[in-house]
Amino acid sequence: MTTISSASTAFSGDDPRNRLFGPVPDVAGERGYGEDHPPRVGFFTDTSVCIGCKACEVACKEWNTLPMDDAEGNRAQLGLTGASYDNTGMLGANSWRHVAFVEQSRAVDLPMPTVGAPGSAGGQRPLEDPPVVHPGVPASSTTAEQSAPQQTSSGDREIRWLMSSDVCKHCTHAACLDVCPTGSLFRTEFGSVVVQEDICNGCGYCVPACPYGVIDQRQDDGRVFKCTLCYDRLTDGLQPACASACPTESIQFGDLDELRARADARLAALQDKGVEGARLYGHDEDDGVGGAGAFFLLLDEPEVYGLPPDPVVTTRDLPSMWRHVAAGAAMVVGLVASAFAGRRR
Amino acid sequence: MTAAEGLPGAGWRRADGPPAQDRERRRRSGGRPPRPGESLVGEAEFTSYYGRPVIKPPVWKTPDVPLYLFLGGAAGTSALLGTMAELTGRPALSRAAHLAAGGGALTSVGFLIHDLGRPARFLNMLRVFKPTSPLSVGSWVLAPFSALATATAGAHLLGRFPRLRLLTGLGAAALGGPMTTYTAALLADTAVPSWHEAHRELPFAFAGSAMAAGGGIAVASSPAEEAGPARQVAVTGALVDLVAMHRIEHGHGLVSEPYRTGRAGRLLQAARACTVTGTALTLAAGRRRVPALLGGALLAAGSVLTRFGVFDAGMASARDPRYTVEPQRARAAERDAAAAGTRS
Repeated sequence: MTTISSASTAFSGDDPRNRLFGPVPDVAGERGYGEDHPPRVGFFTDTSVCIGCKACEVACKEWNTLPMDDAEGNRAQLGLTGASYDNTGMLGANSWRHVAFVEQSRAVDLPMPTVGAPGSAGGQRPLEDPPVVHPGVPASSTTAEQSAPQQTSSGDREIRWLMSSDVCKHCTHAACLDVCPTGSLFRTEFGSVVVQEDICNGCGYCVPACPYGVIDQRQDDGRVFKCTLCYDRLTDGLQPACASACPTESIQFGDLDELRARADARLAALQDKGVEGARLYGHDEDDGVGGAGAFFLLLDEPEVYGLPPDPVVTTRDLPSMWRHVAAGAAMVVGLVASAFAGRRR
Repeated sequence: MTAAEGLPGAGWRRADGPPAQDRERRRRSGGRPPRPGESLVGEAEFTSYYGRPVIKPPVWKTPDVPLYLFLGGAAGTSALLGTMAELTGRPALSRAAHLAAGGGALTSVGFLIHDLGRPARFLNMLRVFKPTSPLSVGSWVLAPFSALATATAGAHLLGRFPRLRLLTGLGAAALGGPMTTYTAALLADTAVPSWHEAHRELPFAFAGSAMAAGGGIAVASSPAEEAGPARQVAVTGALVDLVAMHRIEHGHGLVSEPYRTGRAGRLLQAARACTVTGTALTLAAGRRRVPALLGGALLAAGSVLTRFGVFDAGMASARDPRYTVEPQRARAAERDAAAAGTRS
């Protein structure tokens, strides 16, 4: 293996057009890995088949020996959030997988046959209830068959439960890596982004740089931690722990190109069945981070799951920042010099 | 992102929480069934995951980081003032400014190291040089600057090595300009909405603030007959600071809001009051000692408060998901509209 570069591609990349943002076809190769480096790998998290079992969270915690914390990152505390079944709360230094639980309802106000006079109390009730196996559960609710996953109806309301296992996106243009002043964060031969814990000095710059709020500082430790895409397991030819533990294949691990094709097919299948709101998130190489190494199939707007709707790597604007910093510095020098010029005492 | 076109949210709402309950109440008390196409659009509102922030608020501590910003800026201007004063034969101003530069630089480094999660590893900052990391560039500016400024101040205190002092002073002055502004890139190069959006104005606000502080400290600590240039630096700096901060506080729509509200708003209001009074006093003082001292101190206080205010505004904008989500939504909608425009 050749030199592992923690320096950004910004000022050394071969493609002058996509140094700070935009698509990068071979993200590991651009960082100095040789021709023989493995293909870029990642996660496709299909939230339409997530059952919220949190096996991914448990497997991740066990494999990576992550310490216990509450939903705010306080160590060795049990935190109950009251937010549905989510007591993990967020991705952080001690939670590298986080299953989000979103309970939603909506009024059934589509035009459909009704009993009773329009506008009366019973007016919203559908003429026929869906066939029922267990009370309240439609017959077609195995995830493979149902047209609207995670959804059921109750009276004049429809209810659904969105569950989604969030993880580090391993961005093509990773802001955390770009801003790290020590070179602790680096790009692996698999295209993922990993913190070297023996180098991190806990400056915390990566924490607010991440547009997804993934990486965080660990209390009582001082260093930052995040998902490594199980770098140790990958080098031994194993899958990441979360993907091996997922019982519904909601978390799929593999070569990014293959995952993208699989995701397109899955999206088309769901849309054929009329599933509302299904969309891919983070798979587009033309997005603000150059495409994510871990992308998602969501059933609602990203912000409903706590994801940013249009994230952009902050270093995209870095050339402009440096220009303004230089102009400001030149202004200070000029103004101070001119304050002395033309004065004789 | 492949949005399901024509189905924005498809009417799904969070099943719990006060907003949902409010809607429920309105729906029940109104009694009127919503007209087709009316109810869903009318209810369009900002959504988040249980009100949690989308990005992680910075883990940087107060007062460490705001003071580090202030001291670095003040030291940068002071080094420039000190060396210019030395070159133009103003020994008292030179001594005062170089002492401020040395002291400011050393304490600034102290605060930076204290803020690290692993202070013992602070030298890892100099392990690599990365132009994409303002903190890496800043470390490579701050480390030689603080060494040179401290050496210059030491030579002043010892009253020896005049030639070496001139050399180290020149070196510190060369890094003085970058010292005043690199911290602006440090804050702006994050996903914090109120800092990032202000990345064009922040360097000028910090430059002005640094000049007001460095000039003010020099005015307050040197004899009036030599302090003329320092007075001019302080006053022009204050004006630059006021103009740039005004643009930050009003020029960026929603993400300007944190600069005007809450604790950040109060801090920046106090900063403005200090800077304006300090400027007026400095201008009116002439050669009188007490008003000059007071004016200089007020300008420095204004600079401190500005740094605390800017820091606080960024923290507030990071904690509220609204400031992250709404501008991104607007940007995405604009792009979609532009794409639709070119298609038709």
